[in-house]
Amino acid sequence: MEVSLNKNPQTPNLPEEDNAVSPWIEAWRSFRRNKLAIIGTCIVLFFIMIAIFAPYIAPSGINEQVMAKRLLPPSSEHWFGTDDFGRDIFSRVLYGARISLWVGFLSVMGSLVVGTLLGILAGYYGRWVDTIISRTFDIMLAFPSILLAIAIVAVLGPSLRNALIAIAIINIPNFGRLIRSKVLSVKQEEYIIAARGIGMKNSRILFKHVLPNSMAPVIVQGTLAIATAIIEAAALSFLGLGAEAPNPEWGKMLSDARPLLTQAPWTMFFPGIAIMLTVLGFNLMGDGLRDALDPRMKN
Amino acid sequence: MVSYTVRRLLSLIPVLLGLSLIVFFMIRAIPGDPAQIILGQLATKEAVAELTAQLGLDQPWYIQYFTYLSGLFTGDLGESIKTKTAISEEIWPYLAATLELSFCAIVIAIFFGVNAGIISAWYQNSWFDYIAMVLALIGVSMPIFWLGLMEQWIFAINLDWLPTSGREEVRDPVSAITNIYLIDTLIQGRFDQFIEVSKHLILPSVALATIPMAIIARITRSSMLEVMRSDFIRTARAKGLRMFWVVYKHSLKNAVIPVLTVIGLQTGLLLGGAILTETIFSWPGMGRYIYDAIGARDYPVIQSGILVIAFIFVMINLFVDLLYAAIDPRIKYN
Repeated sequence: MEVSLNKNPQTPNLPEEDNAVSPWIEAWRSFRRNKLAIIGTCIVLFFIMIAIFAPYIAPSGINEQVMAKRLLPPSSEHWFGTDDFGRDIFSRVLYGARISLWVGFLSVMGSLVVGTLLGILAGYYGRWVDTIISRTFDIMLAFPSILLAIAIVAVLGPSLRNALIAIAIINIPNFGRLIRSKVLSVKQEEYIIAARGIGMKNSRILFKHVLPNSMAPVIVQGTLAIATAIIEAAALSFLGLGAEAPNPEWGKMLSDARPLLTQAPWTMFFPGIAIMLTVLGFNLMGDGLRDALDPRMKN
Repeated sequence: MVSYTVRRLLSLIPVLLGLSLIVFFMIRAIPGDPAQIILGQLATKEAVAELTAQLGLDQPWYIQYFTYLSGLFTGDLGESIKTKTAISEEIWPYLAATLELSFCAIVIAIFFGVNAGIISAWYQNSWFDYIAMVLALIGVSMPIFWLGLMEQWIFAINLDWLPTSGREEVRDPVSAITNIYLIDTLIQGRFDQFIEVSKHLILPSVALATIPMAIIARITRSSMLEVMRSDFIRTARAKGLRMFWVVYKHSLKNAVIPVLTVIGLQTGLLLGGAILTETIFSWPGMGRYIYDAIGARDYPVIQSGILVIAFIFVMINLFVDLLYAAIDPRIKYN
């Protein structure tokens, strides 16, 4: 008895792959439908543009001081007012986007690369390699992250570079654990067993097959980690452990604005709003990516 | 349950040893001669040699570590370079202040977060739901040090409702018994001081509670929505049970596990956030203790402060893990 699945004799049965849409295209379609994710992406792009074009948009230089114009409230001439050195806060907030985004991207890239590498090694090789790496992650995660960052900067010395290193280090276990669990499931897949069967080298299997198939959650985690990294960098600078004067880092600007709270509150409004909006943008984008790329992580 | 508890306790051993190792090597990782850096470039050679001996830096590292570890077992956290006092003696008032602040913050976060989440799920897609979730989104993205400054500006400077900083009224200090002032003032029957201490607690604890509150609200909502779609909830409603009981009794009980997970995690993280909040509100807690120690390069205090907070963090996570097993017998720990 022959059973034909083709209901329409005019069109031939197509192989399933021809109709299949790439998971990335599927994810993009789902992402595009998510309004909050689009708003988040627009916010992020807005701040990236600001960071790139700051020298062209900013009405004055980062450290251009006009002592006669100290602590002026927001006006048409100085949109965000001026600080205690007569510097234009609007210009400094624009330039600050460069520093915050730079620290966010770079520290997350650092933790992503190292964390992914360690996670792959732990997940793929298992045994003692896994034990050592996973226990180290457990120990690092036993510290509240900002506390570990403070400890690292306390040892290395306060500076923006060391704050960036500290933030990169504290985020390594998050990426490492994520990729490890993904690798553990991917390595049971038939195509990996087949690759091993035909004698493919471990390094080739890892980087050609395991890694690309474990990337979705890493991209999601990476986006959300940038948000956290920006807040952590600002927090360290606020505590005097990150950016140094006269750097217009947003956290540092808030720290400088603290003594002026009664006198000139606008010095603290705008850097804070800038941090909040940027972080909100990355969080919304990250949430959208998570829903699109890995719906199981939604809750 | 007993075997799980034992296994969970045993798994703590490597973590705690690792913590002590990291904290131990912290001071040894300082580039250059730690004693010289602590004392500054103008210090005499004798002073540097004395401090090197005091810190045990002139011995092989494994001997230093075992001395340090055996000290920890007997409650010896070292001596502060700045105050020349045993850290174990001076740390409690700071720790008590942080615990009081964190406790108040987590109570606020749980009360408002869980209820906002429940009501949002109950009235899904209503105005309350939209507003609560937008606020939660903003709350998650809020730098608490900025929120703290804004609170000070609005409620302390402009409206003059609450004190700007500190833990008590300086003209009428609390006589410490437990160093947890809410308890101390009640023990002594000083209700005027109790109110004063409570007023000092409001701004910092609200600032500290914001992020956990937002996260708890989001998790509670999604967890409740999942449970409220279950058959047993439909049955309960079909039986004519009042919606309040359906939500608060039947749904909440079954939605509590993820909420509890996030509450446990956030309680631990509060300890990290406390450092920032305490700096803004001049709250004399562990954060302030560590922050001042960093400024004074008092490394033994930094080490011990970090170790104590990390230890509490680990213990909270252990407690939460054990609580799951007690609450939800379906969870299999293999």
